[in-house]
Amino acid sequence: MLKESIIMSWQNIVGNKMRSFLTILGIVIGVSAIIALITIVQGVIDEANSQFVDLGAGKITIQAYGTPLKRGLSYSEVEELSTIENVSGVTPSLSISSSIVREENLLEDVSIEGKNEVFFRESKDIISYGRGFNILDMESKNKVAVIDDDIQKTLFTGEDPLGENILINGTNYTIVGLVNEDSSSDIMSAFGSTDSNGKVFIPYTAAMNMAGVGNITALDISVSDTNFMDQVMDDVELALNKAFNYKDDSFNVINLDSMIEALETMQNMFTTMLGGIASISLLVGGIGIMNMMLVSVSERTTEIGLRKALGAEPSNIQVQFLIEAIFLSLFGGLIGVILGLWISYAVSGVIGTTFKLSTSAISLGVGFSAGIGIIFGWAPARKASLLNPIDALRSV
Amino acid sequence: MEKEILRMTNIVKTYKMGGEDQVVLKGINLTVNEGEFISILGPSGSGKSTLMNIIGCLDTPTSGEFILDGRNVSDQSEKQLSKIRSKEIGFIFQSFHLLPRLSAKKNVELPLIYAKITKQEREEIAVNTLIRVGLDDKLNHRPNQLSGGQQQRVAIARALSNNPTILLADEPTGSLDQSTGKQVMELFTELNKEGRTIIMITHDANIATYANRIVKILDGYLSEGDEGDA
Repeated sequence: MLKESIIMSWQNIVGNKMRSFLTILGIVIGVSAIIALITIVQGVIDEANSQFVDLGAGKITIQAYGTPLKRGLSYSEVEELSTIENVSGVTPSLSISSSIVREENLLEDVSIEGKNEVFFRESKDIISYGRGFNILDMESKNKVAVIDDDIQKTLFTGEDPLGENILINGTNYTIVGLVNEDSSSDIMSAFGSTDSNGKVFIPYTAAMNMAGVGNITALDISVSDTNFMDQVMDDVELALNKAFNYKDDSFNVINLDSMIEALETMQNMFTTMLGGIASISLLVGGIGIMNMMLVSVSERTTEIGLRKALGAEPSNIQVQFLIEAIFLSLFGGLIGVILGLWISYAVSGVIGTTFKLSTSAISLGVGFSAGIGIIFGWAPARKASLLNPIDALRSV
Repeated sequence: MEKEILRMTNIVKTYKMGGEDQVVLKGINLTVNEGEFISILGPSGSGKSTLMNIIGCLDTPTSGEFILDGRNVSDQSEKQLSKIRSKEIGFIFQSFHLLPRLSAKKNVELPLIYAKITKQEREEIAVNTLIRVGLDDKLNHRPNQLSGGQQQRVAIARALSNNPTILLADEPTGSLDQSTGKQVMELFTELNKEGRTIIMITHDANIATYANRIVKILDGYLSEGDEGDA
């Protein structure tokens, strides 16, 4: 019986192709809008999120401007920070712009990053070839450098750069490693100069000499157990307050985990808001379905009367029209899902986020459209089932 | 003694029209035996459509008793009436009322679907009844590919498919030309000879004579007419 109702509904939908198509258009637009918006927002936020995670989940970034009397932190104060409980390492960070020379070639506007061995230890997978700095490099003040892809491409086209020398600010550095493209960023450089011609990492002591500064103004603290993030933050702030004699605005501590949390809250807000806007079009689509079903009922009064005369019970008629409405909206929902995913796929390609199939968005779209079919199909189906067969048959 | 299939006792039907009660059937008494071919003859407005609706269990009388195949139909729910229609009545309409998107075979299967007959059985019955009305070569034609006479034959096959107690025909030749109408009436006569009980409602006295009994309806009253000479 149900199978027959399904077949009959299907025949009726297919028999009125143009009208069925126009009717489901509202649902298609609504569902695809919801899916596209949710998937795109999710993609963008996920992307931002993963960048933050790359930059430093479990990392505290400190900007120690210091006071007019005391610019930045001394080596020993940095050492002290690394003894705080749950701190696994401290990386001083210094970025200057300089030109580098290899043989006859000059490359300007290169970002010189001063780092230590902790940086390479904490940023796993950052080295794609060769090695990072080790403790020996730091202690014996070796003139070593790690370069990124851009430098490799411009100065060492088709050559193995390991063991080669480059001249930075008059000093020779031996290249010991190559970093891969994506992970060569930290939070400062992510927000700072990105239009440099490439990046060279050198031991931070050498970078400080090059820049002519004696104190450290920027550093990252790696936290071994992120559950103790707040505790570590407090301890770090206490140590810094001591170092800068409790002067206001002498330092800034950024916890990336809290930024990630804020980002997630933002994502939820966006999703709810955009979903709400898109569901308005679903409502309109639902009204379209209802309208089509009402037209269909009055157009088919004869058929309904005939079916009743041939022994159809009111419930048979109601089920048939309900199935038709659900079919229409589900069909629209499915097209909407496909269209929505396609749009979000295209958009993610354009704005450069990763496209991720969101099952929740799909089930939302399909569930929504089926629900609309039931809600907006109910009244017309009921109307059809209550038609008096005599009136219906006599209308012709 | 022939089996009594339908008995109407003092059937009254009143409609409300514009706030006024209008009595359409004013105490109808009618008995039909199994195997009869009876014409109900009357002009429009005589109440014959209303009578047909009550016989066809599409409507219930305001008062009076209506026994169909041993069952009192006067006080049944709409759902039960559906079941009675499905089992007892085979409808044939003036304008055929075939579903345009379905093939002849599918149209004939329609009552069987509501009678919850299995798909395989349905197809078998549909094919056989269509062969019976002489449409063995039109099984998969749609109504618009058939002539009026052929369409009415499909409708007759549809009415027969459930093996109903009564064939109830409402002006079956009203939309057909004279010769096609004659052929349809001859089919009715044949079916009657095979033992079908047929009740035909018409305003056409010539058509009515195909029946072996004619009752006349006028202004809501029924009167036995002449014996037909089928």
